[in-house]
Amino acid sequence: MNEHGLVVRDLTVSYNRVPALHHLSFEVGCGRCVALMGPNGAGKSTLLKALAGLLRRETGTVRFHGREVRGVPEDFAYLPQRENVDWDFPATVRGLVEMGRYVRVGWWRRFGREDERAVQNAMVAMELEGLEERQISALSGGQQQRAFLARSLAQEAHVFLLDEPFSGLDQPSQDKLRGMLRQLREAGKLVMVSHHDLATVEQLFDDVLFLNGELIAWGPVREVFKPEWIERTYSRRAFSGPEEGHRHG
Amino acid sequence: MGEGGLVAVILEPFQHEFMQRALLSGALVGLTNGFVGTFVVLRRMALMADSLSHSLLPGLAVGVMCFGLAPWGLFAGGLAAALFVALGAQLVARSSRLKEDTALAVLYTVAFSVGLVLLSFVKVRVSLLHYLFGNILGVSDTDLWLGYGVALVVVPLLALLQRPYLLLLFEPDVARSQGVRAGVLNVVLSVVLVVTMISSLHAVGVILMLGLLIAPAATVYLLCDSFGAMLWGGAALGALGSIAGLLISYHFSGLPSGAAIVLVLGGLFLLAYLFSPRYGLWRLLRPGRHFHEESLARWKRD
Repeated sequence: MNEHGLVVRDLTVSYNRVPALHHLSFEVGCGRCVALMGPNGAGKSTLLKALAGLLRRETGTVRFHGREVRGVPEDFAYLPQRENVDWDFPATVRGLVEMGRYVRVGWWRRFGREDERAVQNAMVAMELEGLEERQISALSGGQQQRAFLARSLAQEAHVFLLDEPFSGLDQPSQDKLRGMLRQLREAGKLVMVSHHDLATVEQLFDDVLFLNGELIAWGPVREVFKPEWIERTYSRRAFSGPEEGHRHG
Repeated sequence: MGEGGLVAVILEPFQHEFMQRALLSGALVGLTNGFVGTFVVLRRMALMADSLSHSLLPGLAVGVMCFGLAPWGLFAGGLAAALFVALGAQLVARSSRLKEDTALAVLYTVAFSVGLVLLSFVKVRVSLLHYLFGNILGVSDTDLWLGYGVALVVVPLLALLQRPYLLLLFEPDVARSQGVRAGVLNVVLSVVLVVTMISSLHAVGVILMLGLLIAPAATVYLLCDSFGAMLWGGAALGALGSIAGLLISYHFSGLPSGAAIVLVLGGLFLLAYLFSPRYGLWRLLRPGRHFHEESLARWKRD
């Protein structure tokens, strides 16, 4: 069993008793960028939310660094899809990044020097200098993604769960975001990203996880990102039965 | 009118005891409502607050029938009725195919009608208009104490819980993953809302209390980008607006005080809507501006 990463066993998640994810089991190491791929309704967002503790797990366990993850995982940071954020909210970039720190500081304690430094470092790492006092709707799409990433950095999260971060970004912003995700990976973080653009998978990710209600295949991109698995993921309409996902590599 | 004259005009009402009490009470109630208003605006529950304010009426009627005009009886009756409607609407929404707004609309109008009918049977001599539009000039000692008590409990409580509420208001789903007890905070907010509205009953009445609650926060929302500034700015605006409204109604005798307060707050809202430096309407009428440096940087990159 992988002691330095995320181990998911037999994970099932349902909405109103209708299962959206069936008995998922997989392992990913830290310091990897993982793409979650699958058609609409495949359960990509559901998997991210379940890992972040936003949805109740019906069956299964999630272990991180050898310890079972229960309730609210402080080490996990979830970045919502753009359209699920109220961009008119009275928050500046600095205010947003400080929100990530609340998990560490608590509800009442004052921000100490260490907290201020964590906030500042997160903004510098995500290249948000000069934008600190900007309201969050007055940022470009790429800057908004980086502001949310900075919040997760300030939280000192180890697992970053991103829901469609690349959708709607222009090429320069995509490149920049890719650079930031690389930085996180090199710092030993685990980055899991739901993604729908088949054309960019090979340049962006280390591992890929094909989903369609159940796990179709998972493993390193060069081994799993093959026409047979892509076709299988996107063509099948019905749940095939209690079959294990296929592991490669 | 000279400068001395204006000061005299402003200071003159403060010499009367009934005006001192009214101004103090108005400032307290305005402060609490302005503070709580931010939560209501950002939680997008303004219409729910409206239903709750109307549903206070039958509770007041029952309070008057059982305890006479004792303010504590009114308080208990109003609280019970508003919570009954709020929880009842949730129950109907969960147990049928109706959505909560529909259930609320039915329940609160029925409750309001029950209130009107009950008040027509009440033997105690009581003017319906006082409950509908407030009567701050006739504020009693108990009303004042109620104002103090509510302000002293509600404002520090919400200020202490500012961080979890900020997370909850910004991203209700994600907040849970950050350890925020959303269910508890929502119930606390509903109770706080009802208590705050009851404390403003004598000042503006059930019909106008929504204005005192929402207008200050809505105004500040158009002016600033910080949650903390919105909270305290709304509180300050609510208090100052209430005092200004009272002074105006004093000088133009016959002007109903509750309406004067809400009109002042409405006027300030209009000014912010039109002329707010960042979010005012005037910006739409000017040719577009963008962050020039950023555009330049982007072109340079290629």
